[in-house]
Amino acid sequence: MTDLSALETELVNAIAAASDEAALEAVRVAALGKAGSISGLLKTLGAMTPDERKEKGPLINGLRDRVTEALTTKRDALKSAALDQRLQSERVDVTLPLPQSPAARGRIHPISQVIDELTTIFADMGFSVAEGSDIETDFFNFTALNFPVGHPAREMHDTFFFNPDEKGERKLLRTHTSPVQIHTMMSVKPPLRVIIPGRTYRCDSDQTHTPMFHQVEGLVIDKGSHLGHLKWILAEFCKSFFEVDDVKMRFRPSFFPFTEPSVEVDIRCSRRGGEIRFGEGEDWLEILGCGMVHPNVIRNCGLDPNEYQGFAWGMGIDRIAMLKYGMPDLRPFFEADLRWLSHYGFRPLDLPTLAGGLSV
Amino acid sequence: MKFTLSWLKEHLDTAASLDQIVEALTRVGLEVESVEDPAKVLAPYITAHVISAEQHPNADRLRVCMVDTGDGKPVQVVCGAPNARAGMKSVFSPPGTFIPGKNITITVGVVRGVESAGMLCSAFELGLSEDHEGIIDLPADAPVGVRYVDYAGVDDPVIDVAITPNRSDALGVYGIARDLAAAGLGSLKRHDLPPIKGNGACPVEVKLNFASDQKNLAPAFALRLVRGVKNGPSPDWMQRRLKAIGLRPINTLVDITNYITFDRGRPLHVFDAKKVKGNLVVRHAKDGDEILALDGKTYKPDPSVVVICDDNGVESIAGIMGGEHSGCDEHTTDVLIESALWDPLNIARSGRALGINTDARYRFERGVDPAFCVPGLDLATKMVLDLCGGEASEARVAGEVPAPEKIISFPWSEVKRLTGLSLLVPEMKAILTELGFWVSGNDKDVKVAVPSWRPDVEDKADLVEEIMRIAGLDQVEAVPFPREIAAVPKPVLTLIQKRTRLAKRALATRGLVEAVTWSFISKAEAEVFGGGKPELALANPIASDLSDMRPSLLPGLIKAAQRNADRGFHDVALFEVGQVFAGDKPNEQTIAATSLRRGLAAAKGLGRHWQGAGALDVFEAKADALALLEALGIPTAGLQIVQGGPSWFHPGRSGTLQFGPKMIVGAFGEIHPRILDALDAKGPIIACEITLDALPPPKARPTKMKPKLVLSEFQPVSRDFAFIVEKNVAAADILKAAQAGERNLISDMTVFDVYEGPGVPEGKISVAIAVTLQPTDKTLTDAEIEAVSTRIIAEVQKKTGATLRA
Repeated sequence: MTDLSALETELVNAIAAASDEAALEAVRVAALGKAGSISGLLKTLGAMTPDERKEKGPLINGLRDRVTEALTTKRDALKSAALDQRLQSERVDVTLPLPQSPAARGRIHPISQVIDELTTIFADMGFSVAEGSDIETDFFNFTALNFPVGHPAREMHDTFFFNPDEKGERKLLRTHTSPVQIHTMMSVKPPLRVIIPGRTYRCDSDQTHTPMFHQVEGLVIDKGSHLGHLKWILAEFCKSFFEVDDVKMRFRPSFFPFTEPSVEVDIRCSRRGGEIRFGEGEDWLEILGCGMVHPNVIRNCGLDPNEYQGFAWGMGIDRIAMLKYGMPDLRPFFEADLRWLSHYGFRPLDLPTLAGGLSV
Repeated sequence: MKFTLSWLKEHLDTAASLDQIVEALTRVGLEVESVEDPAKVLAPYITAHVISAEQHPNADRLRVCMVDTGDGKPVQVVCGAPNARAGMKSVFSPPGTFIPGKNITITVGVVRGVESAGMLCSAFELGLSEDHEGIIDLPADAPVGVRYVDYAGVDDPVIDVAITPNRSDALGVYGIARDLAAAGLGSLKRHDLPPIKGNGACPVEVKLNFASDQKNLAPAFALRLVRGVKNGPSPDWMQRRLKAIGLRPINTLVDITNYITFDRGRPLHVFDAKKVKGNLVVRHAKDGDEILALDGKTYKPDPSVVVICDDNGVESIAGIMGGEHSGCDEHTTDVLIESALWDPLNIARSGRALGINTDARYRFERGVDPAFCVPGLDLATKMVLDLCGGEASEARVAGEVPAPEKIISFPWSEVKRLTGLSLLVPEMKAILTELGFWVSGNDKDVKVAVPSWRPDVEDKADLVEEIMRIAGLDQVEAVPFPREIAAVPKPVLTLIQKRTRLAKRALATRGLVEAVTWSFISKAEAEVFGGGKPELALANPIASDLSDMRPSLLPGLIKAAQRNADRGFHDVALFEVGQVFAGDKPNEQTIAATSLRRGLAAAKGLGRHWQGAGALDVFEAKADALALLEALGIPTAGLQIVQGGPSWFHPGRSGTLQFGPKMIVGAFGEIHPRILDALDAKGPIIACEITLDALPPPKARPTKMKPKLVLSEFQPVSRDFAFIVEKNVAAADILKAAQAGERNLISDMTVFDVYEGPGVPEGKISVAIAVTLQPTDKTLTDAEIEAVSTRIIAEVQKKTGATLRA
């Protein structure tokens, strides 16, 4: 049996020595192929006597099984080593930087973001959103809103006019969003609650004024809403919008042609190092104008001011954006400087909601 | 409107502090803009005696003074004032004092080698006047070592209030005092002024020369002559008050008119009677009228302006400004005092037309108290007689002082209805009465007569405001505003509002940054983008490059991109969603969503990158457009993309987005190089524009259920076809033809290769498409697939002249 054990030793050594799958296959063919050494031995079994076969059979078959297993083991080891080697060679430098994703680069302008915030708050209070055109008539921008022709209050608006048409009427760029109040009252039967965000224009340009800016106003018309309700709405709005637990507000009698009584509203704040904080401090900051809709305005819309009443308020969207988010100047809002937009703009999916909060 | 505390106290008997008064003013609607309390700023300044003033050893223009500040220990001060001399009394500021006129704080210093421990001050340095000719020269009898503010009486705080345009009654200190008295700050002083009789008729006659329907332009004109006056500087107390509110004292007669303007809101004018020739005629200005006004400028009033003339011509612009020729100076001995009424609207218009802003115009255009027209003349006469002497004539009043009786029926319940405030009737009645209203009746409904000085009060709501502002707005309690129905709020946004919001978010997720640019652009830019219509051109643009309403968002964005490039940021990805104007009618204003990319600013990344630069081509713009439409949920199945776009795009590198030729929704492409040149911008720039209003609305569905999901059990098969076609055949036409070849089985098609070059004949291209077939009821046999392929090839050949590539 020395032959068999010598053969086994030889094959085991050859298997161990095989450095790759091809070499191993050669060993397998030499042992177990058609003309292989073990195959040759197996063939001899047929010519043996039953006794001889009984003795040699298990030995040869055992040798075949052991060599087969050794081959399998070696093949697995070689495969694994080859894979390891391949993977080693496939290394990449994962520190290479990637471009910033589009959603990380894109920005929403603060004005759009603030309009979304306002809408979210007021929609919850049952307000819908009304809009109108930027080009208006004198009637809707002034006359219907109780601005007498030639009155100084009209002059304070620094109106942009178009050239007169063939009938001598000249259109204008709305100086406030209030014409939409008139359109709304004339087309929707009260009770009504709307907010009106939009672009407005005045021919005025300096550090704090731009010829185009954005306003939002609110309008409520029904048979019982009064200044007390307005106070509540404005206080709730300010808390919700500025995301503070408490705001101190000061209501001052004032004058607007389209409201009577008219009120201006200041909020308490502190100003330190260019930063404004609400709900603390000693300064008052004017934030909006409001009042009960003037009986003449209600009348001009075909309603009876003894039956219907309501209130309106208006404020600058750009201004409250500056107050909340800290932009120091108004002019860059409209300059489309990428540096400003990237800094003060909002990420595309920063959607203000009441459930998740207005801002991140 | 400025006034001083002591001036207020002429009319208001009050024990209230300055702070209380300031707080109350704002509370009642007379918003305090600023309070200047000179006593605070000037407290450290003391009166001093200059013991000696010697020549400075090292400087010709300086003197070294020993100054006695009252404590017996003279201080050494270096002084550069030419009038510094031994023995004079002046004002001294010790080290540590803030100098308002110079915005510095005094320290002990060495001036040219000599120590100086303080400063002798000019009135300019104290912020008291423009006079910096020399240090303050106090009278010889001035005490030494007392606070200068106390000595000079310049400790009167100046309060500046913003008066809203409706409150002409508060353009006089007296009216302000009336509001404060009503608000409980004290009591209003009565100034009973017996009418001044005068001696003899006023020799100058006045004629109001207006047609009967224009008498409102000059309802009344009161005039009086005072003979034998002596017109010098006005008394100190008057000068001090005028200076405190920023007026320059001129002479007593002029100062009296200014004083009464601010004291009572009653503008007046004085003529030097000796320079007035003949009688006065008040009339419309005529062609050729010209006047050198008191501001030293010559005006040519248009015929709607009312002027006051004598035989010399125009002497005064009614209610706005007097003329230089008949003005009063120190030589005036006879003075004509005018107190008149003018039409507010005409004064406002005239003032605007002439470009003159005066305190008189300001008051007349807001409405002065007609009832005070003649008493105002009497008050002025009395002051002239008191301060300048002389003898007054009788008053002459031309026209008639209107006395409108305005009576408002007022149910007290209006206050609660409009403000929610519950006030007692006596309280409300007291407020109205204090303000000068006359309340009659004891019922729930009363009649309220409006005083002559309140032209703004016309309606019940005005009375509510009066009661509310005096009672205090802080008394109005916030009342929760309930929802109209107790339910979860319904969605409120309209389709276009939702699409506008979503469009912004969708474009931003593609790496685009939202800009908000001006709604107006230059005419040239508007014209290039199909705009520039005359009805969209502003008559009074703020600048020539902001003159026309924009027909497109592109000009604004292109210029913005160039500005960023000029700053060194060349890779620009911007968008705007906003209004554009095709005309001046409301339905001609639409919302456009426009994106723009420049430089290396593809959606996949900005700038150069090891994975490949973010270079741009027309397909990046197309991708922006499609991404937007898809985000908005617009079904793109019916969307056609037609070669070519509006004239501002590159003719070969642009496309139009449409749902049929009559439903164009937008375009995309590379901006035409000629357009970029016209806008001084460098390209290439690619862009897409979509009109949100033009997009089809979603189909109305009865429920929110999505259509049933149908999945096939059979595997899809894919077949590739490479067609060789003429270069001008559109890929869309090949796909359309392929689709026509097999109506049912095709589930997807894509162009996976476009090739031209060796192997493809000159002038032709190879377009390879992959077609996916999705069987629904059985696995396709090879023969069936072959049949489909044959039909597809035949159809493409027929429609496009293609041949199958070998």
